[in-house]
Amino acid sequence: MSESHTDAFVAFDRVQKSYDGASLVVKDLNLNIAKGEFLTMLGPSGSGKTTCLMMLAGFETATNGEIRLDGVNINMVPPHKRGIGMVFQNYALFPHMTVGENLSFPLEVRGMTKSTREEKVARALDMVQMGAFINRRPAQLSGGQQQRIALARALVFDPKLVLMDEPLGALDKQLREHMQFEIKHLHESLGITVVYVTHDQGEALTMSDRIAVFNDGRIQQLAPPADLYERPDNSFVAGFIGENNKLPGTIEALSDGKALVRLATGELIDATPVNVTQKGQKTLVSIRPERVEFKPEMMPAGAHMIAAEVLEVIYMGDILRARLRVAGSDDFVMKMRNTLGQTRLSQGDQLKVGWHPQDARALDPL
Amino acid sequence: MADSSAPAGGLLTTSDGRSLKSALASAQKRAKRRAFLLVLPLLAFIVITFIVPIGQLMHQAIYNDGFSANMPRVTAWFAETPPGTPPDETAWEALALDLKDAAAARTVGVVGTRVNYEMSGTRSLFTSTARAASRFEPPYREALLEEDAKWDDPVLWGTMRQVSDAYSANFFLAALDMTRDVNGKIVPMPEDRQIYVSLFLKTFLLAGLITFTCFVLGFPIAHLLATLPMRWSNLLMILVLLPFWTSLLVRTTSWMVLLQQQGVVNNSLVSLGLISEDGRIQMIYNQAGTIIAMTHILLPFMILPLYSVMRPIPPSYVRAARSLGATSWTAFRRVYLPQTLPGVGAGSLLVFILAVGYYITPALVGGASGQLISNLIAFHMQSSLNWSLASALAALLLGAVLVLYWLYDRLVGIDNLKLG
Amino acid sequence: MRKLLVLSTALSGFAVAASAQEIAVMSWGGAYATSQIEAYHKPFTAQTGITVVNVDADNPAAPIKAQVEAGNVTVDVVDLEYADAVRLCDEGLLEVLDPSILSPAADGTAAMDDFLPGAVTDCFVATIVFSTLYAYDESKYPSDPPTTIADFFDTAKYPGKRGMRKGAKVNLEMALMADGVPADEVYALLETPEGVERAFAKLGTIKSDVIWWEAGAQPPQLLADGEVAMTTGYNGRFFAATVTEGKPFKQVFDGQVYEYDGYAIPKGAPNMDLAKQFITFATTTQALADQAKWIAYGPARQSSGPLVGMFMDGKTEMGPYMPTAANNLTNALPSSYEFWVDRDTELNERFNAWLASN
Repeated sequence: MSESHTDAFVAFDRVQKSYDGASLVVKDLNLNIAKGEFLTMLGPSGSGKTTCLMMLAGFETATNGEIRLDGVNINMVPPHKRGIGMVFQNYALFPHMTVGENLSFPLEVRGMTKSTREEKVARALDMVQMGAFINRRPAQLSGGQQQRIALARALVFDPKLVLMDEPLGALDKQLREHMQFEIKHLHESLGITVVYVTHDQGEALTMSDRIAVFNDGRIQQLAPPADLYERPDNSFVAGFIGENNKLPGTIEALSDGKALVRLATGELIDATPVNVTQKGQKTLVSIRPERVEFKPEMMPAGAHMIAAEVLEVIYMGDILRARLRVAGSDDFVMKMRNTLGQTRLSQGDQLKVGWHPQDARALDPL
Repeated sequence: MADSSAPAGGLLTTSDGRSLKSALASAQKRAKRRAFLLVLPLLAFIVITFIVPIGQLMHQAIYNDGFSANMPRVTAWFAETPPGTPPDETAWEALALDLKDAAAARTVGVVGTRVNYEMSGTRSLFTSTARAASRFEPPYREALLEEDAKWDDPVLWGTMRQVSDAYSANFFLAALDMTRDVNGKIVPMPEDRQIYVSLFLKTFLLAGLITFTCFVLGFPIAHLLATLPMRWSNLLMILVLLPFWTSLLVRTTSWMVLLQQQGVVNNSLVSLGLISEDGRIQMIYNQAGTIIAMTHILLPFMILPLYSVMRPIPPSYVRAARSLGATSWTAFRRVYLPQTLPGVGAGSLLVFILAVGYYITPALVGGASGQLISNLIAFHMQSSLNWSLASALAALLLGAVLVLYWLYDRLVGIDNLKLG
Repeated sequence: MRKLLVLSTALSGFAVAASAQEIAVMSWGGAYATSQIEAYHKPFTAQTGITVVNVDADNPAAPIKAQVEAGNVTVDVVDLEYADAVRLCDEGLLEVLDPSILSPAADGTAAMDDFLPGAVTDCFVATIVFSTLYAYDESKYPSDPPTTIADFFDTAKYPGKRGMRKGAKVNLEMALMADGVPADEVYALLETPEGVERAFAKLGTIKSDVIWWEAGAQPPQLLADGEVAMTTGYNGRFFAATVTEGKPFKQVFDGQVYEYDGYAIPKGAPNMDLAKQFITFATTTQALADQAKWIAYGPARQSSGPLVGMFMDGKTEMGPYMPTAANNLTNALPSSYEFWVDRDTELNERFNAWLASN
């Protein structure tokens, strides 16, 4: 039928979704998720990631295309027969039931006996270290505790696939980082497949096996975190994940994996061509702030360096962050490790900056 | 250190040695006084327009000085003699002189009316005898008996003794279909005059039925209101509220136009051939009319509390239940419905209490079988002018509603009530 | 209760706030109030310059009792049924009227001799005689129409719903007359338990076909809507519907129960002297005859009778529509207030119980 892998655990096959019949929220989505994988859908709000999750859960139907779970088309399967666990943004713990009753609910509707239910509930609560809270109501729990209960409830009936829709959005930073670790740990120890939706790139980078970056109803790039950060496929991904400097210019020369780019202000810089193919093409060169160098001895031979003026230096503890004027742009950022003997720059210093050609990526012009 | 740490006595004190409690009270006194002044107008309004009238209503139900205030001598004689004493000449004299005074003061009608409530057919005895009272000479017994031999009736004297006490439970007895016999013993009313108890029961039954139909009809509408996109739900909300903006009489009258035998509904059914010309359905001037019209009128009172409870329930609860393996029915029953219970309780209580006291609509469309207790209260207020009985009936109705309210609190908990 | 009444009457007081040259007259509304406005209020204002404000009530006796007991009387003159007037007078809620304020007839006959027997009491001056009778829709019975009170109770011969006033009064009398009791024996029989039993039994024969009305405006409406085929009602209302609105209603005077209705002054009326002046004006021979131009109620003065002529439309002879016309009195019953002031409570309780039982 199609060339997509039928052995994938979850497969989106040319899926499209429209709410109003006039515009597409999801445009031609193809995605395969392997068994046991932790896949994150990352993107700004309105990018289509939540819609994809809802289609997978069965709360929305695909307008076109096919969604398969374990090789079976589930387009027409109602949500309660899909056997997918789900953690919602605001936990959706039933407020009129105790923690125990919440966890028991999916087991009850599956007709399990009381003793089985009690055993499974106890095990699931122990798993998230919440065994002592079995008789509490959700309203009597803190946000982090509710989060754990929601997690336990999504796992208590042993689903093979668990969906999480921005589950940590309501928690403070410290708790969020702690829960990221716990979720990751549970994923590994239980061997379940997780599809995780978030708009927080840090969360995505920390937890995922692979990340699908969504924008405008399409997957912009699907790659493991390191690839995504270090080798973004296009300007959107480069801009969305982490901080980067963008320098617009034109391709001056292209040869064996190296590009020479002439900036609008006339300077020449080195870059790695990513989606440029010929001389004279417009491009946007992206460089991570921590890969910018200002000491000539650190640069490879023959590399270009361009003039810069220090506008501002911010002390951030572990790093120092300098805002520079480079090639007419006032927001070029450079990060330096705060080490003993690090050169201290100050406002108004004139210097030259450069980078290794493989750290600068010549991408499509935005 | 003389500070707020607990001293030996256990009472906390401030740094200058005063007890913490009194220091707090004086510090808050000003704020409390200001808050009290702010609620004072409302408090006064409620006391004057609500608590005082209800208190007077309760009082009127047990207090009627129609006899004692206007027949002081007879009342005094009854007070001095034990029950069952046959009237002696003192009593006859007191009666004759009281009647003379009452005739002059034009209050004998009040006296007669009061006695007549307990003993039918005596009102004219008082009024006609009073007209001749100025001529009475001793011996008074003979003078009175000559005017009307009925004065010798021991039952009449027993009744007068009963009503000579301005405080009396008799109106409550009457409201419960009971009366006192000659000896003052409480006995049931003759069967052909018993009406109130069965009418109370019918009122509660009908109010319950109306509450139930309001719930059945209102729940889906409230759910729709809570889940539709804003612009549609606003439109629907206007339709729900439309009845509120129309006069009650107009709404009731339009039901009469719709439901009467020559009305729109019957005409449509006949022209569709569903019923024959002779088989026109009687949908109004009976219980059916009361139920239909009152359900319509009270429906918003069910929908609004339900809506206000349903609106903040996020769809994720039902979705969560579905994802956990519940069918849509189970998700509704186990997860959605329990969360709407505060609204169901509030709406039902509101509709029930309003229905129990409703009066205009049953009066207009209820015919004979669709009458509620409030219609008889109105009857005694407006037609028979027996305000004491009306007050007793109203007090019983109020009491019954309070008992229901208490039961609700015991069974469901009043804090589980959400009006909006 | 009383406080509440004080409040509510005070509020309604604003609506009819009587200035020095203004009096408030409370009456029954509808065609009847119109006839009073045309025959009494307007000429009175034209002659004296005193404005007359008409206030409507379902039965003025109830608000008057409330106002007097609350000590806040806003009405100067009230239109009452005879039995209510006697009762309220006995209870001291009405002013005692001196009959000398009534003007004599044109030929010099003293007022007390000119009024019909019993029409003037301590507190009350009758203006009209009104009748409760039944009317039917002519189109329902094209051949052999009903003519007697017995026909009203004969649903086999004259099928169709009936309308009756929700209350014991009049219905019990009519039931006995329909059962063959002569008019002059009705009240004697109703004094006995057997008589009451018999009246309720007769009512029971048509109970399932009856729609009960409460306000005087309802019976013509029920007839017009086709909800009932015949209904009891006030003859003036039927007259208005038949003659002015052209409805095909026919009144049956057989078995009618007639009663006085007229004016009284509530105790503590704000404009006592003006109220008396109004009553004097409204009870002259001519004024009473004038009212009969507007509604088919018989004037309470003998001298007014001959002056009654045409309805205000100029073509309808009023005579045949008057309850007091000789032809209409062949089988008619004057309502007994003595009976009803004594039996009102008991019989209405019994009636309500009877109504509620199925």
